[in-house]
Amino acid sequence: MFIPCDRGGGSAAPDFKGFTLLMPAVSVGNVGQLAIDLVISTLDMTKVGYFYTDCLVPMVGNNPYATAAENSVELSINAEVYSLPSKKLVVLQIRSPFIKNKYRPFCETLLSWVKSSKCARVVLLSSSHAYQRDDEQLLGTPLRYLLTPALEKAVGGHMKELNWKEMEKVAAYPGINDTDKVLHIPGGGITKLLFTESCSEGIQMAVLLKFCSEGDNIPDAFVLVNYLNEWLQLIKSEVSTSNNSSDPSSQWKIPSSWRLLFGNGLPPALF
Amino acid sequence: MATFFGEVVVAPSRAGLDEEEEAREETPEDREIRREIEKKRFQQRGEIREREIQVLWSCAEESLVCSRFIVAIGRNAAAFLSSFILDSVCWEVIGVVKLWNEWCRTSSSTNVLPTDSFCLFYRLISDPTVLLCQCSCYVAEDQQFQWLEKVFGSIQKKGLQVTILSTCPVADYKTQESTLTLVSPFLKALKTKEFQEQVCCPLLEQPNIVRDLPAA
Repeated sequence: MFIPCDRGGGSAAPDFKGFTLLMPAVSVGNVGQLAIDLVISTLDMTKVGYFYTDCLVPMVGNNPYATAAENSVELSINAEVYSLPSKKLVVLQIRSPFIKNKYRPFCETLLSWVKSSKCARVVLLSSSHAYQRDDEQLLGTPLRYLLTPALEKAVGGHMKELNWKEMEKVAAYPGINDTDKVLHIPGGGITKLLFTESCSEGIQMAVLLKFCSEGDNIPDAFVLVNYLNEWLQLIKSEVSTSNNSSDPSSQWKIPSSWRLLFGNGLPPALF
Repeated sequence: MATFFGEVVVAPSRAGLDEEEEAREETPEDREIRREIEKKRFQQRGEIREREIQVLWSCAEESLVCSRFIVAIGRNAAAFLSSFILDSVCWEVIGVVKLWNEWCRTSSSTNVLPTDSFCLFYRLISDPTVLLCQCSCYVAEDQQFQWLEKVFGSIQKKGLQVTILSTCPVADYKTQESTLTLVSPFLKALKTKEFQEQVCCPLLEQPNIVRDLPAA
């Protein structure tokens, strides 16, 4: 599934042993994917390979993180892997939806790749339909986290210190029986499947998600990536001396491919 | 999402995942029903399973040696080849793709009309390593990978150069100005880093992308 980039000079396949794999779920508002774009763009990560898979709709374009004419001509496809060895970080970006009935095989292949490449843990960025929140979830933070038992031991305490809120379970049969609780992540794409599979296979996985709706999801992406940063500290959040608050939003670099998200310019003849 | 009349509808999500597909766990009853439907479709379609693609070659060789492969995808690109490149003197038909999906069905016949949906392979008689494909039918997203593997699996790649010709509506082109003021038609290209020759037109800028079979 994973094909390393040929960087020339006979370089061996990249080693991800002990790395944190950061990846998005294709979910409501594409928030996870937008947040991943911000991480790759800001940390100027190097592409180290891609996934050769028949599970995602094919697409191709030129480099979405181009900053100048020279680096704008590298082809980019639907599932690519970037790495930053200095932070022991490997990032998977998924750029197209799943083909019907193919999301399960993709999850299985992905998790077996995670195990074979010996990644220490997986962090999945996702989102869930805001309109499905219950009365309590409507108040307070729209951000939630989940940890597999394998990772709970290592970082569960840290989440409590950060005052993070764990994703609540909902009644399996609401109105009939409130005691059976299940995990329900509407609009979360493969989030629930990946999480439950990781729980049963002993993989260290954390899910970070935001409740949101379809629309302009750029602000949601910033909120989610700042949430991630509270834990992983990927960039320094500088404290602004003028109003004594830290606003790391300005330190995330928006990639050049985020232009024209809502259509072209208007024809002058319209006016 | 509540509409003007007050009823709640589920808005389609850009994320693209079919919710029902994810939530439904298949019971043994569901599995049995699905099996019966598959069997019925199998019988109706005859020799091939519904979504399977068949690549039929008329030449005897097991794999074709190919140095240049030109693929025209879509009716416009296929018509371009018919009008300017193909003729019965220099090119011979050597293969056909047989497939079915909700949008079209192709047959194994090589005698096609321009208005038919077809996918044919031609070989240059004077240089048999030059192959050409005219694919005017729509290849569904779950068949694209299959098409790729079956077609390229039959080709022996010797310093292979692949050229893909395709068209997109101007209205889909993302640009700062309005597309109404753009001079069209215009050409844009994408190339791999292994392609060292001069490209005859500007490269496709972000945020524009290519989808479906040309992307595959």
